[in-house]
Amino acid sequence: MDELKLYTYIAVFGSFAMYFAIAWWARAGSTSEFYVAGGGVTPMQNGMAIGADWMSAASFISMAGMIAFLGYGGSVFLMGWTGGYVLLAMLLAPYMRKHGKFTVPEFIFDRYYSKAARIVAVVCLIIASLTYIIGQMKGVGVAFSRFLEVDYGLGLGIGMFVVWVYAVLGGMKGITYTQIAQYCVLIFAYTIPAIFISFQLTGNPIPQLGLGSTLADGSGVYLLDKLDMVVTDLGFKEYTTDNMGGTLNMFAYTMSLMIGTAGLPHVIMRFFTVPSAQAARSSAGYALVFIALLYTVAPAVGAMARLNLMNTIEPVAGQNMEYSERPQWFKDWEKTGLLKFEDKNGDGKIQYTSDKTTNEMVKVDRDIMVLANPAIANLPNWVIALVAAGGLAAALSTAAGLLLAISSSISHDLMKGILTPDMSEKNELLAGRVVMTIAILISGYLGLHPPGFAAGTVALAFGLAASSIFPALMMGIFSKTMSGTAAIAGMCSGIGITMLYVFQHKGILFIEGTSFLGGMEPNWFLGISPNAFGVVGAIVNFAVAFAVLKVTGPAPAHVQAMVENMRSPGGTSAVHAH
Amino acid sequence: MEEKTYWQENLRLIGICLVIWFVVSYGFGLLLVEPLNAIRLGGYKLGFWFAQQGSIYTFVGLIFWYSKKMNALDKKYHVEES
Repeated sequence: MDELKLYTYIAVFGSFAMYFAIAWWARAGSTSEFYVAGGGVTPMQNGMAIGADWMSAASFISMAGMIAFLGYGGSVFLMGWTGGYVLLAMLLAPYMRKHGKFTVPEFIFDRYYSKAARIVAVVCLIIASLTYIIGQMKGVGVAFSRFLEVDYGLGLGIGMFVVWVYAVLGGMKGITYTQIAQYCVLIFAYTIPAIFISFQLTGNPIPQLGLGSTLADGSGVYLLDKLDMVVTDLGFKEYTTDNMGGTLNMFAYTMSLMIGTAGLPHVIMRFFTVPSAQAARSSAGYALVFIALLYTVAPAVGAMARLNLMNTIEPVAGQNMEYSERPQWFKDWEKTGLLKFEDKNGDGKIQYTSDKTTNEMVKVDRDIMVLANPAIANLPNWVIALVAAGGLAAALSTAAGLLLAISSSISHDLMKGILTPDMSEKNELLAGRVVMTIAILISGYLGLHPPGFAAGTVALAFGLAASSIFPALMMGIFSKTMSGTAAIAGMCSGIGITMLYVFQHKGILFIEGTSFLGGMEPNWFLGISPNAFGVVGAIVNFAVAFAVLKVTGPAPAHVQAMVENMRSPGGTSAVHAH
Repeated sequence: MEEKTYWQENLRLIGICLVIWFVVSYGFGLLLVEPLNAIRLGGYKLGFWFAQQGSIYTFVGLIFWYSKKMNALDKKYHVEES
């Protein structure tokens, strides 16, 4: 076994052993521990757990790669996936924690006094969470097959087993403490290579500062200026100004991601684990600190990876690398099919340009940038091994949080709340564990046989959360009179118009050829891409809800009193009465 | 009556925070990015810096500031959780 593989086994299985130990130590004994970790997690711990929960395989593996190729346009992900926490801290989390229930659909049921509303919320939650899990499971499979060279399916199976042990055993309590460990693993794995690379390129070890520094080659040229020059020379758009589809599209995209983030149930339910409304506010702050540690490094990773890639292929302008002399990482990724070269002009050298007819790098998958980055920069093997463990930590921690959101919405909202209200706590706990096991099996199956529409579903998850859940929650807190009928009408029209727009441009259920208005850009409403449409859905939701409210009259007095109570952190809270 | 003013003060704070939230991200990072890019912050164009760095730092600061102000407000109106 070579050195790299040995280190990778140590990093991956060492981290798994740690997760198991934590799971055993933090087993859940009651429904309160299973759903909300007993409500006793400190804001700092909760912030770290939210960080790990939030930063998925997409944040860890894909985001820097997207930024590397989108340049300035990639800012929508950076702002969109962090700005949502400001909304959470001020508009949702403290009041929902004060109300003190276990799940988001339960909150909607109490506030809108309607089983129909609760079911709508459960359906949104399950669709949003399941689509998300597929991506995590794929990430686990890829990480195993690339780094440990085991079969994709076997890797997926190992990942499923690990999540099963600590999520089913520990519930929210086990998940929270494991996520704290996973956060440490993933942030370490992400920043160490970035520090190395930043120091190599600019002499400044802090990536956030390195990105704004001059190159260490003595030329005195700023890194970003050099990158702009290199990419424009080859016909690509300028890195620092390339705006993805225009200002309005970027605006709508950022807003959709922000309110989608604030409306994702697996994030909101983390705020039910802290002891008070005050702790909910500060834990949103800590969460964002821990998230920002990765999110402010990501643009540096993206830009530096792009520059390194360009410099490897064309070290001096006009002197391209011989294909036969390509480095080892190039060969490794060619084997996976994620990197492809085609010698179009037959000169044995690699030409990488923006012109499709002469470009010979016919495939450079964005997802390989973070994973290949340490190897491109010739970093030591232990750093590469760390990245594998970090990617797995990111995927597993997010999958566990999503699984808990799904299982609680089924066992607590559907079974205990609607179908069999007289279920005992012991049976509900058992049901939660059984549902979670089934959810793991389903998501594992979907990870092994990803449905054709998997790629388009992230848009759907954020679109659903932005257009249905966020407006319903916000109106529930900020409008005392908002009634159940009006809120349901709003949610349904918000989801309706968002789904219609996504499907008409991407195909019904993402089946190609069924897009009845065509996927073409000229048909986009005001040039807004389907991924960015959630905000329009949210506006429709608000408008319809207030219109219906005017016609049908306000919520009953006892509900208005409940909202009044929610808005003030003091007084009694319902969670301990369970 | 006291409850109402607590809520109104909260709304005012939220309003201030959301204006800042909007200005640093949508304002400086998107709508005004071109004029701001004429100014440099080391190797960063300023608009680009706000979009990829500055807005995130501001968000973090905003949440802690809001949270501190609200804790003071909770005390003032005696509504802190026991």
